[in-house]
Amino acid sequence: MHLFLQQVFSGLASGAIYASLALALVMIYRATDLVNFAQGEMAMFSTYIAWMLINAGVPFWAAFALTLAVSFIGGMVIERIVIRPVENAPVLAAVVVTLGLLLIFNALAGWLFTYTLQEFPSPFPDRPLFGALITTRDLGVIAVTLAMLALLFVFFRFTATGLAMRAAAQNPASARLCGIRVGRMLAIGWGLAAAIGATAGIMVAPILFLDPNMMGGVLLYAFTGALLGGITSPVGAVIGGLIVGVTENLVGTYLIASQLKLTVALILIIVVLVFRPNGLFGTAIVRRV
Amino acid sequence: MAPILQLHGVKAFYGALEALHGIDIAVEDGGMTVLLGANGAGKTTTLRAVCGMVRSEGDIIFAGAPLQRRSTEAIAAMGVAHVPEGRGTFIGLTVEENLRLGAYTRAGKPHDAMARMYGYFPILADRRRQQAGALSGGEQQMLAIARALMMAPRLLVLDEPSFGLAPRVVEAIFAIIDRIRREQRVSVLLVEQNASVALALADHAYLIETGYVVASGSAKVLADDPQIRRSYLGY
Repeated sequence: MHLFLQQVFSGLASGAIYASLALALVMIYRATDLVNFAQGEMAMFSTYIAWMLINAGVPFWAAFALTLAVSFIGGMVIERIVIRPVENAPVLAAVVVTLGLLLIFNALAGWLFTYTLQEFPSPFPDRPLFGALITTRDLGVIAVTLAMLALLFVFFRFTATGLAMRAAAQNPASARLCGIRVGRMLAIGWGLAAAIGATAGIMVAPILFLDPNMMGGVLLYAFTGALLGGITSPVGAVIGGLIVGVTENLVGTYLIASQLKLTVALILIIVVLVFRPNGLFGTAIVRRV
Repeated sequence: MAPILQLHGVKAFYGALEALHGIDIAVEDGGMTVLLGANGAGKTTTLRAVCGMVRSEGDIIFAGAPLQRRSTEAIAAMGVAHVPEGRGTFIGLTVEENLRLGAYTRAGKPHDAMARMYGYFPILADRRRQQAGALSGGEQQMLAIARALMMAPRLLVLDEPSFGLAPRVVEAIFAIIDRIRREQRVSVLLVEQNASVALALADHAYLIETGYVVASGSAKVLADDPQIRRSYLGY
């Protein structure tokens, strides 16, 4: 029982990271009907920025904040330069563009920082708590994720810009008639998603070690979480991410060798697509022709 | 008084297709102008041209400023509130959020304006926390009009507010449009299939057929025109 609870809590910590990235995916999907396959690699690149800052002597949390700001601006720039031109292109063209971004960021990181694994400091000490049920590091990761989610909730629920972003995602034509600059809202959405991704990257790097391929598996889990929650639901993405984290950990502990854990994600994707294509919280999208 | 909105030789295009062939229309400041005509005549296209939603040529002057080559959002910010065909409410957002969005271009807290809208449409106050998609057709139309008015516009553009509504609801909505128009001093450009209701309220009317203005004048004169009576009023 103790082992089981231990694995649940450590699963929640990795699940929190998947949940963050899943949320970034869902935000972009809701705003542009596009799955950003480069979300993980963008997060990885952000993490390298944090790594450089920390190596240059910047304190951890200052580096964290600075990285989020740089990622936010970077995400907006990517939307303007790379995504805007394919806004009205067929979906497949846009998907290929995000796949291209994935390869570019991966190669760029390899070229700039090499493919050697780098140690990344954790801001949280690694001490067992509550009779070794959970470590302080896992608790820290969960706390950071929850804080970020709370901030996002407040932003989308109570600020004019947050409301305008929801309106722009839901009905761009009407949003324009309200005087909302839809293009700017999309750019802010990409910026936010990049900053959320950066948080996920920085939280996962102390566990996985930093290298250009670090986010490959994480993106797959995040994508599974997003699908499980229903790709259109932010709340679903978070819950889906947490479920995937716990499931992955339990299955890896009790059922199969942990080297095969990634398979769990693929099996979950197939199960969701077969039995509940709209996920747990998603709504069916009806297109009027 | 100078017109608040003037269109001179306005052509509008869907791709290569020319849908309006150079029309002249004016809305008096504080007045109400109605565009009549059959389906596909170009009424909605005219409204879309005003709000920069279709490619157009010619002059569109609003309150002395040209609207040509401005974005839809910029035109909205200038004080043109458009309630589009199909109402354009944000069905996944609450009634109150829809109203807040209406006030997006205005600085400050929208509480006063919101209270005024709840005064005009008490049913919206009862449903302020409900999703707009849960409202009935008439309530959604009220919400769409209220949202547009939250902008404190100088010109209210309404595209078939009676569409799909029961006659009694239509009557109620037009009564309130008329009241708001006088109380808020907002000019109105209206497209309407229900010609008898529209002509009774409007001061000017234009008849549009296949992209041309084929008749225009005071609403009273047009309402008495035998040809218009036969084609659009049915008696």
